[in-house]
Order: sequence, then structure tokens, then C-alpha cells
Amino acid sequence: MKENKIILSHGSGGKLMYSLIENIFLKNFKNDILEKLYDSGIIEFENFDLCFTTDSYTVDPIFFKGGDIGKLSICGTINDLAVTGAVPLFLSSGFIIEEGFEIENLEKIVKSMEEISRQAKVKIITGDTKVVERGKIDKIFINTSGVGIKDKRIKLGIEKIKEGDVVIINGEIAEHGLSVLISRDTFKIDADIKSDCAPLSELISEILKETDKIKFMRDPTRGGISATLNEIVKNRNFGIVIYEKKIPIKQDVKAICEILGFDPLNIANEGKVVVICDKKEGERVVKKMRKNKYGEKAEIIGEVVKKPEGKVLIETLTGSLRIVDMPIGEQFPRIC
Amino acid sequence: MCLAIPMKVEKVEGDFAIVSIGNVKREVNISLLENVKKGDYVIVHAGFAIEKLDKKEAEKTLEIFKEIK
Amino acid sequence: MKYIEQYRNTEKQKEIIKEIHKYGKLINRNVNIMEVCGTHTMIIGKYGIRKLMPENINLISGPGCPVCVTPINYIDTAIELSKIKDVIIVTFGDMMKVPGSFSSLEKEKANHAEIFVVYSPIDALKIAQDNKDKKVIFLSVGFETTTPLIAQTLKISKEKNIKNFYILAGNKLIPPVMEFLLREKDTEIDGFICPGHVSVIIGLSNYISISERFNVPCVISGFEPFDILLSIYLILKSIKENDCKVINEYKRTVRENGNIKARKVMYEVFDVVDDEWRGIGLVKNSGLKPKDKFLDFDAEKKFKIINKNSKEKKECLCGEVLKGKKSPFDCPLFEKICNPENPYGPCMVSSEGTCSAYYKYERK
Repeated sequence: MKENKIILSHGSGGKLMYSLIENIFLKNFKNDILEKLYDSGIIEFENFDLCFTTDSYTVDPIFFKGGDIGKLSICGTINDLAVTGAVPLFLSSGFIIEEGFEIENLEKIVKSMEEISRQAKVKIITGDTKVVERGKIDKIFINTSGVGIKDKRIKLGIEKIKEGDVVIINGEIAEHGLSVLISRDTFKIDADIKSDCAPLSELISEILKETDKIKFMRDPTRGGISATLNEIVKNRNFGIVIYEKKIPIKQDVKAICEILGFDPLNIANEGKVVVICDKKEGERVVKKMRKNKYGEKAEIIGEVVKKPEGKVLIETLTGSLRIVDMPIGEQFPRIC
Repeated sequence: MCLAIPMKVEKVEGDFAIVSIGNVKREVNISLLENVKKGDYVIVHAGFAIEKLDKKEAEKTLEIFKEIK
Repeated sequence: MKYIEQYRNTEKQKEIIKEIHKYGKLINRNVNIMEVCGTHTMIIGKYGIRKLMPENINLISGPGCPVCVTPINYIDTAIELSKIKDVIIVTFGDMMKVPGSFSSLEKEKANHAEIFVVYSPIDALKIAQDNKDKKVIFLSVGFETTTPLIAQTLKISKEKNIKNFYILAGNKLIPPVMEFLLREKDTEIDGFICPGHVSVIIGLSNYISISERFNVPCVISGFEPFDILLSIYLILKSIKENDCKVINEYKRTVRENGNIKARKVMYEVFDVVDDEWRGIGLVKNSGLKPKDKFLDFDAEKKFKIINKNSKEKKECLCGEVLKGKKSPFDCPLFEKICNPENPYGPCMVSSEGTCSAYYKYERK
């Protein structure tokens, strides 16, 4: 069934979104930098690389446990730069605001953007504001773009990944997505799950200093770990196996997933990074991560395997292997 | 259509109860059960408790395995 | 998570798997074990249980997913209802992506239809109370587990005299379809893993009748991998000892007589009727429609939608898959043309549909 209208699933980080990127954006904008589909575009200069990225943020509700749309918009862009190996430096911020939006809330959002930028040592150096008629958008949308500088010696890329490399995550998964969902109060669930929303530039620069054996990094946001790992293996001559018992996850997060029939692997994170690294240096990277406050629960969760090519598998608690598929679209709670 | 999990009853208020799993709480309708008490475990499906969990049997199921051998 | 995680001990599971292999050898012929519950299908896939079985033990999936067996005509009606002015459609999330003949609810939402996803029928009633100027229609699908909750919601609605709440009834009963499958020619079912939460409501009696008349072991199973493995073991043991009976593996939740109060509520509101199952056909006494007393809540009666143009795609094997005669791998469309992004048949559309579970967890 060919889609002729945009549906919500087109934006939720799953297969439909990738078909949109490939068939509409990549097809029309095609160039050598975009083609790589890295989290930021890398522009090569003689002595350094300039990394450039952009992201737009819309979230309901705009204030949730562990963060708000402002903090999210800064962390997301910082992390997109950091995972390509860059030190994030300057950001822009564009606001599209619905008529009638409380100025008090706008200031709350801006303050939280300022606080997190200061902590991550980036500056917001330009911006834009548009106001649209009531009902044309939902409260407030924020776009941030960012630039950062990457040391030429840091060479990251999916093509560097080899059989035997390990897969590392810096902590417990699925907290952002569930926190937002619960804050919406649709499911009348009362739980203290905070979004993991955090800037990871410091943690990433620390591990890059620790070893030059890091092959690739990506932040598992929409579509969760499943989407990120599937993006990595897509059309490659290797696969990835992860181990269910090694994946860090809070008991309460697991419980909510049980209630609503969600797979935590498919749920968004905003303060996590998946690192693929040479096996020999895996433990070292994990140790280094654990010293950072955003990496205390870091673990090696899997490894790169020769077969099956292009697939992600999970070794379940029963000891069997099954496929971890790219999520298809918006997750709906199951009752079946 | 039967995704349902055991949750512990924390408080009973008429046809409703607050149930928990770990620190996660939610309100469920208990009108399809008789005599639900605090401390019971109930099986929750789509916002309703559909049965009480029999704690003795729950332990026994874990023991069944021993009988197999 | 008490009473969940204790059942996930890997070592114990390995021991049961060994026993299953032992019985597989002892029986020494092909054995087909059918589960009739979408959640069981999902768990078998999610924990890779099929791959842990000996070669001669086949786990086959029956019509256990209420969304998959909901006729295409029902989906088309729901879509037509969503186009009526001032109508809000409220549904379980599972129904959103199911394609009708021409569209799906997810797509109609993009076309500005008002469609809300809820977790409980009670939440649907709340939406009706909060939107008194709208007509709120709940898509009432589900088996015995879910139907009493909907029945109770209708009773509450009647008591509170809520005038803008309706249901589109598509509820179905499991034992009649199990019997239907056993009567089918060339189906070979050697044992049933019976649906745990359906059994919570109906108890053991229906299965006892089936087991006695068709000489087939029925084991009521819980929802941890441990439960499923144990149930398979118990079925194999019954077959080996030629002692076909009903065993309740899920005693911690399922009472012999079921939940009498829930059943009473269900039959206070609904009448049993012959009903159409998608991919299977008409099954005697397998469906539920509101009793005369509750006709005011019946969206079908109130809005009188007639779909003449509903049509199934002919090429797919879903009917055979739902009957357990074919595996999704036997279908020429599976993976190639039919996948969760572009579902062709009903078993691929719902997340716990047989084809979808096979695609998600087991494709080669």
C-alpha cells in the first residue's frame, strides 16, 4: 500500500521515516556529504573538520520529568555533533510559537536552554522567532542547529567496523520515551521515570581521548537501540548480536513496558550513545564512561558478528537468538 | 487479546484500586472481582483486574519443575 | 517484578528444554502443537522458543489475535464511521494500522478524523463524558478476556445514563473456533496451548468437552517463556502416555470455574451469534452482539453503515495460516510483498499476528 499522505509514523524513527529520507530528501538533495547520513554533515578543511547539524523539536507535553523541550533541543544537537567526533561550539535557536503561549513558560524553556548550554560549554549565537495563529501549531516548536570542530585524527565511520568489535552503551535505556508518555497522563500510570536527556559531549570527548580504537558512535533517540543498531548494519557485510541480560534498564521501566506491551529496545533515549569499539579497548572505554555522571551504568551489550549480514540479533534470557527489527512506526500500546 | 500482568493491590476504593508493580502505580477497576484486599496480587488487563493471583499456586508452579525430574 | 521475573530463570528453562527433546525422541513422529493466543505467539517469537524445539515438534499458530480475525468489513465500517461529523472513534492501539479495503484508521487520522487510542474501555467512556456534544464510538473487539470489561463499561454507561457512547461490536469466542479447526479437513492438531487469560474468564469446562470429544490434550498456559515450555512438555507427556486431558499449568491465575462474575456480566450484555472470522469464514456460535436491552449502544444499529465494496486480497495465505495449515514461510508473499510496512493480509497487520511475529522475530 503506497502512502500518499504523511502519517505520524513517518516521523517516529522507524522504517517509514527512512523511506521518506531515501525517496524524498536524499533523492533530491543528493551530495557526497549528505549521502553518508551521519548525525552531522562533515566539511573537511586543511587542519580540521567542521561538523554541522540541525534538528527540530516538538514534544507533548513540553515539560516532562527530567527535562523540557528547551533542554531537549540543546542536548539533541550537542549529541548529534559529539557522536560524529566533534567538539560542539556554537548553536542557533529558532522558535515557532503559537499565539497565546504563556511568556512565563517561554522564559522557563529559554532558561533551561541557557543552563544546559553553559554546562556543555556551547554558546547560542543566533536565533529567530516566529509566531503563528492559534491552532496552527501545538504550543511551541524549536529548531536548533550547531557547529563543532573535529580533530582530523579522529576517524569514525561505519566502514571501520569489523567482526569482533564490541557494542557499548553508556547507561540505562528507554527512559526519555517513557517519561514523556507518562507525563501525558493518557495511561494513568504513576511512576518516577525521568527523561535521560543530557549533553554527552564531555563523556564522548573523554573516551575519544582514552583510545583511538573507537569505530563509530550514534545516539539512539527515536526508534531506540533497535533503530540505531539496524541503521549500523544496514547493507553491511556484518551483523550485531546483543545480550538481553547485559542491557542496562531500570526495573520500573521494564514494568511499564510490560503493562503497555512496549519493547524497551524501541523506545527513545536522549542521553545515550551507542559506541562500537575494538574489542581490546572495550573494557577501558566502559571504565572511562563509568567515571562520568552520564555513564555510571555503562556496559558492553553486544558484539559485531560476521553472520547474519545486515541483521541485528538478541540473545534472549532463554538463551535463544532472535531478530531485533527496525521499528516500523509509532508504537501503540498493545493490549493483545 | 490477553496482555495482562500481576500487580499488587495498595489501596481499595469502591470499584477501584491502586495497584503497583515496583514503584509504578496505576488505578484499575476491580468490579469484576469479589473481595479484593490490600496485599492481593491481581491480574490486570486493559484497566480491569480480571482475577486474583493465587500466591501458593504461583510458588508451586516454580516447584513443578522439581517433579519433572 | 514479583511473579514475573522468577519465571525467567534461564537454567530452569534449559532443563525443561532437555526434557522436551527427550519426549520428542520418545514420540518419534511429527507433533503439531497449536497456540490460540496472540501473546503466546509473540512470546514464542520473542524468546526464540520455536528454534529450541526438536525437529519433529512443530509449534503452529492459530487464530489467537483478535485484530487479525476481525473481518475487513468491520474495519471498513469503522473507517466510514470515522468520517461522520461529530464522531470520535476510540480504539485499542492494535487496530490503528489494520488496513481495510481502501484505508486504515491511522491514515484516516491524517485525514483529520478524530481517533483516540486508549488502554481501557473505561477511558473510552471518559472521553464520551468529556465530549458530550460528540458521538463516541468504541471499537469493541477482543476475546473472552476483553469482552467482560467492555460489557461492564456498557453497564456503567447505562447506569450513568450516558447518551453519546456506542460500541461497534466485533467480539469473539475462542472455544468454538478451536472446535471449528479440529473439524477442518487436513488440519492436524495434536495438542493445544490454551490461552491463559481467556481461560481466566471461561475456566476449564469448554476445553474438557473439546479434549474428550477430539482426544486432544489441552494445556492452559501462562505467559512467561517458562510457562510455554512447561506447557509444551506437558502436552508431549500426555501424547506419549496417550492420556489426553486438560491440564491447568496457569493455576496461579486460572480457577477451575473461571471468573463467574465476569462471565455473568458478559452474558448480561451480549448474545451469542454466528460470526465471520477474517481468513477463516463463518463459525457457528462464535460471536457476540449486544442484547436488545443494550441496542441503544450499538453503533451498527444507530448509524446503519452498509459496506458493499469490502474486498479481501485473494492471493495471500492468511486463511491457511490462521487455521494452522500453512506457516507464514510457505506464503509466496511473505517478506517479499507482504511485510509490516506494507501489510497485505490480516496476519501481518497486527503486532501479534502470526505473520508479523514471524517476520519480526524469526525471518531467515
